[in-house]
Amino acid sequence: MFDDLRDLYQEVIFDHNRNPRNFRVMKNPDREVEGFNPLCGDRLTLFLKFQGGEISDVSFQGSGCAISTASVSLMTEIVKGKTENEAEELFQQFHAMTTGKDDQIDLEAIGKLAVLAGVREYPARVKCATLAWHTLDAALKNEEKSISTE
Amino acid sequence: MTTFPIEKIREDFPILKEKIGNNPLVYLDNAATCQKPQAVIDSISHLYMHEYANVHRGVHTLSVKATDRYEGAREKVKNFINATSTKEIIFVKGTTEAINLIAQSFGKTNIKAGDEILITAMEHHSNIVPWQILCKETGAVLKVAPINLQGELIFAEFEHLISDKTKLVSVVHMSNALGTINPVKAIIAAAKAKNIAVLLDGAQAIPHISVDVQALDCDFYAFSGHKLYAPSGIGVLYGKQALLEAMPPYQSGGDMIRKVTFEATEYNGLPYKFEAGTPSIADVVGLGAAIDYLTAIGMDNIAAYEAELLDYATEKAKGIAALKIIGEAKDKGAILSFVLDKIHPHDIGTMLDSLGIAVRAGHHCAMPVMDFFEVPATARASFAIYNSKQEIDVLMNGIEQLIEVFG
Repeated sequence: MFDDLRDLYQEVIFDHNRNPRNFRVMKNPDREVEGFNPLCGDRLTLFLKFQGGEISDVSFQGSGCAISTASVSLMTEIVKGKTENEAEELFQQFHAMTTGKDDQIDLEAIGKLAVLAGVREYPARVKCATLAWHTLDAALKNEEKSISTE
Repeated sequence: MTTFPIEKIREDFPILKEKIGNNPLVYLDNAATCQKPQAVIDSISHLYMHEYANVHRGVHTLSVKATDRYEGAREKVKNFINATSTKEIIFVKGTTEAINLIAQSFGKTNIKAGDEILITAMEHHSNIVPWQILCKETGAVLKVAPINLQGELIFAEFEHLISDKTKLVSVVHMSNALGTINPVKAIIAAAKAKNIAVLLDGAQAIPHISVDVQALDCDFYAFSGHKLYAPSGIGVLYGKQALLEAMPPYQSGGDMIRKVTFEATEYNGLPYKFEAGTPSIADVVGLGAAIDYLTAIGMDNIAAYEAELLDYATEKAKGIAALKIIGEAKDKGAILSFVLDKIHPHDIGTMLDSLGIAVRAGHHCAMPVMDFFEVPATARASFAIYNSKQEIDVLMNGIEQLIEVFG
């Protein structure tokens, strides 16, 4: 059963859904942005701290589906220690991966995030995976207090 | 139950032969929209192939035929809900447009600053937002009668909220998110005692319950065709003739006029006053065919069969420890809304889809209901005349499997 879904629901995703990393409220964050997907009700708050031009700490709170929870959990792991520009570049890479623009993807940079590539086959679920990254993008650009996928 | 011709009915719906991947389709998203029987599909094809022209316009043969079909469908709707006259049957796009029509036409004429509009906490967004807009425009106040944890209207609170300022009660007949069937007779009686107009949102109720607008004594009743096995893009607003006569047009243009000069326009009579522009002719004809189809089966037989399906599904669902049913009203239609411990409804939806099972996962356009039950969303299986107990077994088996996979 669910054989067709193995590309979408990989074990890494189940693992991050059960035990999300950096799942905590941050005291005195430099930036705090809320992301919302009104289609499914997924909601997350992203907290960021910067030191010496790098993301020194990142955490999140919220509730969502397995894809969205795993995506934000994986994202917090990979962007910690990155500069704003590097994080932005990762966002572009992630976006290319989830929308199937293979020629633009640097597999080495993407790393573990590749487990989320399966969403491209499920148009209704792409936004679950990208919510975290759109929220990060808004936080890095310091544009808004709250962003929505719609 | 043994007399309900489920096998024959399934044969009538061609889409049920579709496969989703390698699995037979198990379509349980009927509260969102229903599939169409061959008779409805054929009625539309037949019109376009043999009888199509614009209605109420020409003297030529096809225009007369198309008009006969179109007005014949109005007669069928009138009989289906037991209205007194076809003048009380307004064709609209759907329930949403019907409610907006009432808000903009009846509302702007009869509701003023300080007046109150009373709804319930289980309304679909389409029975919330038009009133919020009207309140903003007029200075009226929107009042919301609360529900209990079973998802039932707290009737005493509802009665308490009726005041001398209440000008309209607008209530869902059957909740799309919870399945709750509201005590509409008591609601209407309470409103009538104070001479307050009542609009019923019948979008969910109409395919499941025999509706008699005269027996109900509601002032307005709104429903969509697409949930009644008819095409999308067509719906009905029923209104008592005297009220409709007194209301100004909602939209203006062709067909809704009697005489136009550049100085003044005389409006057409009912129901055409509210049907500006060329209507969705073929969809209206399809609605007529759907009503014929359902009438032949019998709405009471349908209600009895679906009640049995719901009981069966509810009993099976209660056997799954991680499953929590959202909406356990005593009086309930064939909707099973549920959440699973630690598994998000969207994951449920995707996983069941991979087994060929179509359910809805989301807030069902009823975010305040989700807030009340403190869930971001629910999964919802909603049943129709063509669903079988065997399909419910497939659903429950799928739910058990996905619980296992999520561990």
